[in-house]
Amino acid sequence: MSKSLVPEAPVSAAQSVERRPTDWRTASMQRRVRQRYAAERRFRWLGLAAVVASAAFLLFLLASMLARGAGGFVETRIALPLDLARAGLDVTPAQLRGPRADLALAGAGLERAVDTAAETAFPRVGGAALLSDAAWLRVREAVKRDPGLLGRRATIDVPVASRLDIAFKGGGTRADRAIARTLAPQLSRGLNRDFLGGADSTDPTRAGIWGALKGSLLTMLVTLLLAFPIGVFSALYLEEYAPRNRWTDLIEVSINNLAAVPSIIFGLLGLAVFLGTFHMPRSAALVGGLTLALMTTPVIVIAARNAIGAVPPSIRDAARALGASPVQVVFHHVLPLALPGILTGTIIGMARALGETAPLLMIGMRAFIAAPPERLTDPATVLPVQIFLWSDDVQAGFVEKTSAAIIVLLVFLLAMNGLAIYLRNRFETRW
Amino acid sequence: MSNAPPKMTASGVDVFYGAKQAIRNVSIDVRQEDVTAFIGPSGCGKSTFLRTLNRMNDTIPGARVSGDIRLDGEDVYAKTMDVVQLRARVGMVFQKPNPFPKSIFENVAYGPRIHGLARSRADLAQIVERSLTRAGLWNEVKDRLGDSGTALSGGQQQRLCIARAIAVDPEVILMDEPCSALDPVATARIEELIHDLRGRYAIVIVTHNMQQAARVSQRTAFFHLGQLVEYGDTSDIFTNPREERTKDYITGRYG
Repeated sequence: MSKSLVPEAPVSAAQSVERRPTDWRTASMQRRVRQRYAAERRFRWLGLAAVVASAAFLLFLLASMLARGAGGFVETRIALPLDLARAGLDVTPAQLRGPRADLALAGAGLERAVDTAAETAFPRVGGAALLSDAAWLRVREAVKRDPGLLGRRATIDVPVASRLDIAFKGGGTRADRAIARTLAPQLSRGLNRDFLGGADSTDPTRAGIWGALKGSLLTMLVTLLLAFPIGVFSALYLEEYAPRNRWTDLIEVSINNLAAVPSIIFGLLGLAVFLGTFHMPRSAALVGGLTLALMTTPVIVIAARNAIGAVPPSIRDAARALGASPVQVVFHHVLPLALPGILTGTIIGMARALGETAPLLMIGMRAFIAAPPERLTDPATVLPVQIFLWSDDVQAGFVEKTSAAIIVLLVFLLAMNGLAIYLRNRFETRW
Repeated sequence: MSNAPPKMTASGVDVFYGAKQAIRNVSIDVRQEDVTAFIGPSGCGKSTFLRTLNRMNDTIPGARVSGDIRLDGEDVYAKTMDVVQLRARVGMVFQKPNPFPKSIFENVAYGPRIHGLARSRADLAQIVERSLTRAGLWNEVKDRLGDSGTALSGGQQQRLCIARAIAVDPEVILMDEPCSALDPVATARIEELIHDLRGRYAIVIVTHNMQQAARVSQRTAFFHLGQLVEYGDTSDIFTNPREERTKDYITGRYG
């Protein structure tokens, strides 16, 4: 044994490479060390630059959206002197108390009375054209609150037309800005309640985001209620129960492919199946939610499978060895441990669905919807489609509405992600 | 030694993983009052055989078991055998401590809870205390039962796993190299614990460590290449092995 370790014959000179102890202070060694440190520094700077660049893009986006869109939440109002007693409105105070007050006031010619008042008050600068379409509605609300207005002179703040609104905010044509300067003492700013509480309109000053926001909420609700349970249960079955064979391989490949299918194709599928075959209502949040659920489910399945697969097998063994049945193993141990990962995948899928436009265009959710949807089957639109529609509109007033709608969409998205992160942290297990 | 019928009997057991045969014709009796040790080199099939005793191999795809294994005369692999109940009767402790990422209390309470063994909350607390006491862990954790089981040291985790196994009051406890991830002090604690538990439960322990087998067991089985080479009283195996292969392994010629 020990003999073989010692070479018996002297080694020839060619074979022996003289090994001296390494000298770490030679110039070449020092250069190597310097190069290594330089590479480390370069890499750190590159990473930092990438982070700074993306943060700068994000800041730019947010700042420009806020700068352009903030005006969308604000309306310009003009103090309109009214003398409804002389306007000859044919309406009694009793009619104003009933549920048919709106009808009575409209029938009595309130809109015409408001227009006349504007013509009288601002004769040379545009008259009734200065007022928003919503102006007389504001007067109607005021009259319903205080029927005494019918019998006396009063000044009511009403929203102005889009042209003047833009001019007062500093945009528009030179002529409009001159009018705005002339009327400045009568003009004021206020929160645009129509924008936050109304639905789409042809008049930008009346256009509201609530209809689209509610449409998005209803659509997301349908998507979540369908995609989350189906996705999680599919993933659980595939990971915990299904045998590994050619069929399950095929299913796995199909799910991965489905997750990569362009969304417009899901829109066509929704059009053909939900509208064509099942004759569901057009433009409805229900159909939008179903279509987006088709798109979101594969994303959730993939994320959930990864999260479930990452649960250590030793935990399953431990539970099984105690006599837990397969369902108990899954619901007591695997699912709670996988939940944070599943929720992360669900957020990603839902965020994608929330921003999706193309498939919803295919099922008719791009229609002009002037009332917020009441039920899942009512015609509805969603935030990104509303943004698309407004950005396409020729009227200048819709520019700031588009930006304001983008702000609403981003806030919705942030709220959704914030909720998901909160839930994820709550369920996170500390090892 | 004793005339009582064996707790578990295995006769003519073969285990296959797909086409590969992992266990060849193994027959063994496990006695109630003894600690039985399985020794042998890595990959000899001792862990595989251990896992056939409570059917933990069922979940491995492609694993197939033939032969006859009985618990108190009942066929473990019979169609009528309820695997869930079998595993409650034949508990298991694994090589790496694997407490649930839950509180210490919940770790021990889990088994009794799923089997409905506790009649009340107080009863459950009593079961937990008794199990932790038997596992020699009670004094160390009684003030922090709400802490996570994973926050304990390795040796404590393993004793927690033993407490968890005995909380369902099993008849047999299978231990698959329970000390291989532990330091010598923790190992000594576990060995002491095995001494204390002996008699109350039939214990089968797989170990790499021959000194450990000699210290804790009364019966020893030597496995090699999927076969049972020799099975007998521990004192005989270590002092006077019948088989040449056993002698070679024990004297450190291979393994």
